[in-house]
Order: sequence, then C-alpha cells, then structure tokens
Amino acid sequence: MVCPLNGPRPVLEFAYGGEVRTMPDPASCSDAQWSDYVFNRSGSPAAKFEWWCHIASGFWFVALRDTLNDKVIATYPAQAARERLEPPESLP
Amino acid sequence: MFTAHESLRPSYDVVIIGAGGHGLAAAYYLARDHGVRNIAVIEKGYLGGGNTGRNTTIIRSNYLTPEGVKFYDESVRLWQDLSEDFDLNLFYSTRGHFTLAHTDAAMRTMRWRAEVNKHFGVKSEAVDAAFVKRALPMIDMQCGGHAPILGALFHEPGAIARHDAVAWGYGRGADRRGVEIHQRTEVTGIRVQSGRVVGVDTTRGAISTPRVLCAVAGFTPRVLDMVGLHTPIYVHPLQAMVSEPVKPWLDPVIVSGSLHVYVSQTARGELVMGASLDPYELHSTRSTLDFAEGLSAHMLDMFPFLSEVKVNRQWAGLADMTPDFAPIMGVTPVEGFFLDAGWGTWGFKATPVCGKTMSYTVATGRNHPLIEGFSIDRFARYQMTGEKGAASVGH
Ligand SMILES: Cc1cc2nc3c(=O)[nH]c(=O)nc-3n(C[C@H](O)[C@H](O)[C@H](O)COP(=O)(O)OP(=O)(O)OC[C@H]3O[C@@H](n4cnc5c(N)ncnc54)[C@H](O)[C@@H]3O)c2cc1C
Repeated sequence: MVCPLNGPRPVLEFAYGGEVRTMPDPASCSDAQWSDYVFNRSGSPAAKFEWWCHIASGFWFVALRDTLNDKVIATYPAQAARERLEPPESLP
Repeated sequence: MFTAHESLRPSYDVVIIGAGGHGLAAAYYLARDHGVRNIAVIEKGYLGGGNTGRNTTIIRSNYLTPEGVKFYDESVRLWQDLSEDFDLNLFYSTRGHFTLAHTDAAMRTMRWRAEVNKHFGVKSEAVDAAFVKRALPMIDMQCGGHAPILGALFHEPGAIARHDAVAWGYGRGADRRGVEIHQRTEVTGIRVQSGRVVGVDTTRGAISTPRVLCAVAGFTPRVLDMVGLHTPIYVHPLQAMVSEPVKPWLDPVIVSGSLHVYVSQTARGELVMGASLDPYELHSTRSTLDFAEGLSAHMLDMFPFLSEVKVNRQWAGLADMTPDFAPIMGVTPVEGFFLDAGWGTWGFKATPVCGKTMSYTVATGRNHPLIEGFSIDRFARYQMTGEKGAASVGH
C-alpha cells in the first residue's frame, strides 16, 4: 500500500476504516434514509473508495481499491480525496 | 451419489440458489416434509464447495440472545439423529466446548451466557480456572504469561462433525426424493415482475419459477443486486488451517476470544484451527502468511509443546457478515424471494435448523416462528438481535 505521507509500506501497518460514504442530513432525512445509511452497505465487489490509516504515523487517507482482487488502484490524502472523489462507476 | 441431469426443465416450483449445506437442507425438508419435489438446486461450482466444505465444524448452542439460544438449541437437537436419517456417518462427535476467559469482563459475559442458556434448558456453566486445568491438564494456564486463564464457559453439548458429509447427506436425500441438483450452473439474473419473482437466468438457460431461495453465503450481496435489495451484509475472508495428524490428546473444543483461537482435534488426529476474520473487505479466498503466523503464535501461547508440529494446509472462505452477528432469514420485500444469509462465521451448526425453518417459510410464504428475530426488516426498525458477545471469534 502506498501511503500518501510515508510512501510504500507493508499492508500490516495499515488499518481499514470502511468505505467512504456520504451522511444524509440527520435533521431533514427520513427514518428510512437514516437506517439505510447506518446499516446498509455496498456488499458486492467493486472498486471502492475506502478510509485507511497508517497506524505508525496515525495518518488517515483514502484508497481506491478493487475488493475483488485486492488491487490498490490509487491513494489520496483525505483533503485531495474530498475534492476529487467521484463514484467508482465513473472511472475509466 | 447424485443424478447428473442433462438439461434444466423450463420451470420448477422452487429454485434454490447454492448447493451448500443450507440450500440442500432446505431442498431436503421441502421434499420430505412439505411434499414439494419439483425443485432445482443451482450451484455454480460443486456441491459443498463453498463455506460448507471450508468451515471448522464447531457445533454449539451457547449463544447470548433468547432468539439465538432457542434457534441453535433446536439445531443441536436435529443433529443428533441425522446420521441415521441419512444412513451416512457424519462423524458427529460430542466433545464439550470451552470458551476461555482471560479477563474479568470476559468472565462476566460467560456468566451472562450461562444464565441465558440455562434459562432455555441449554447445558452451560461458568467454571473457574481449577476446573479448566483439571479438564485440560496440558494447557499453559498463564498462556505464556500475558493472558492468564481465569475461567471459562463450559458447554457440554459442544460438538464437531464431518462437514462434507453433511452436504452429501442432504444432497443425496434430496436427490432420491426427486430434487434436481445442477452443479456447474451459475445464476446470472433473477426476473422480477410487479414486485414478484417469475424466473431465474442461468449459464445453462432460463427457468420460470414463482419461488427462489437464496442460500449463497459470501455471494449474497451479488445475488441481492439481481433483485435490488439492500442489506447490511459485508464480506470479509475467514481463514483456517489444519496440522499434520498427531496422536489424540485434545478431546474438547477450545475457544479463546482474547487470543483469537479456536481448535479441535479430528478423529484422524489433525488439529483444525481458526482465528478472526481478515481485517478488510475482500472477495477472494487467498491465504496469507500473517494469518498462519498469528494463529500459530497464539496456539503456542496455550500449547507450547506443539512447536514441532507442522501445519499441513491453509484455506479461506467468504464470510457474509452482519452488524449484529445474527443471520438474515425469511421472506423479503420481493414476493417469492426468500433469503437465508448473513451466516458469516457461524452458520455450519445451523444447517439442519435452517433447512427446517426455511423449507417451512418457502412452503407457506410465512416466516417460521423460530426465525422471526432474524428478519430483513429488523434494521429499519433499529431492532438488532445482538449476538456479537457469543458469535465473534467463537464460531
Ligand atoms: C474458515 C471458516 C470457518 C468456519 N467455522 C465455522 C464453525 O466452526 N462453526 C459454524 O457453525 N460455522 C462456521 N463457519 C461458517 C459456515 O461455514 C457457513 O456459515 C455455512 O457453511 C454456510 O453454508 P451455506 O450452505 O449457506 O453456504 P455455502 O456452503 O458457502 O454454499 C453457498 C453456495 O452457493 C454457491 N453460489 C454462490 N453464488 C451462486 C450463483 N450466482 N449461482 C449458483 N450458485 C452460487 C456457491 O458456489 C456455494 O457453493 C465457518 C466459515 C469459514 C469460512
């Protein structure tokens, strides 16, 4: 895994933080939207944007990883990811 | 052992996706108890080649929630005469099951589980360190000095069984009653019209059917995409390994949540060992050295004399996990589409009771009373069936 801060490091040094997801506005969304956000997941394999943490340096970042074959396609610092994230479907 | 069918029929009363233990058990009881025989079981690989043939075969009913305890207790009851029922030796072997506690918090959970279990008539006792030492004289009670054993939950009915034989027994029993099992046939689509199931597409052609039972374990999210259902199920690999055969020395099944180990010795003398889930989502059954190293280290904490014993084989399955460690079973918002999933790391022991309850549910269109706590809509109601304290690591 290539950490945007520390470069390539053994995958053992990283912790997985789950898929990057957008929280609906709790004040205005319906109960159904909220429970969908809290519980439901995109369980099928795909290229997904995920939170990862380099444990030794405590650095959180985003990786685009194919969950079918464990290939990391790209990694981004969280800030850059926030600006550039697009749904994986729209990738080449 | 099974009839090979040249082609698929154009229609069936029920199509079951997945010839693992769960799908085959449902087919067996539908044919035997409900008179439904025009059934196809569709399997993309080979019969029993999924998690059924990859698990560490621990059977127990010492769960935490009333829903879970009643359900698994019924399964343990069904296991008892299954070998005779099938006329096939399942090597069902009652061993007793220890869940070791290394912390006060773990001891407290053991007492809680023991009380819930006893309330429902399941044999479980919280026992102290002296009891553990008497039962397991070979264990290092200090676990290398860093995780001393304070006591355990002792569950007398804990057992192991020959996993492949379970799939063969249910499969042969279903086959003899006219159920068609189609191996190497993949379901590629499910046809839904006005909210109800009308058919299934496969790699060997289309079938029309009003009822589909999905029992595909780690492939559940992919099949649910075919009918547009969303669930909390997420998939992580679960690995296991087995040692070379050694002379029998370990009678009970041993589980340690703190050390992330469970181990039993088969009739052949091999030690079958497992640990926690892999730490991130992946849909691949590759093996890792991390796993073998970590598990071996924890095995040696408990049993240092095993240091010369070799590991023979290592493998993985895809565990369909849920946030509350309880399954998702029964009717769904798509009429005629029934689900038996979310079995994660703990569904082998439930094979008989899943077959019983899902066959009832498919035959009647209503959830069997034993599975009401496992329904797909519990999340939208924020009503979890919290089984994590009894299901994580301890399969
Ligand atoms: C390493 C490991 C250890 C475990 N240890 C234990 C244990 O000690 N005790 C316990 O109780 N449980 C344990 N489990 C869990 C248990 O193995 C499973 O919950 C259980 O076997 C699930 O059975 P199943 O019949 O539902 O699924 P499976 O046996 O996985 O069968 C599903 C079948 O569906 C097929 N399929 C998938 N998609 C399609 C498709 N589109 N078309 C056609 N066919 C398809 C697959 O090929 C597969 O054969 C363990 C699991 C693993 C991986």
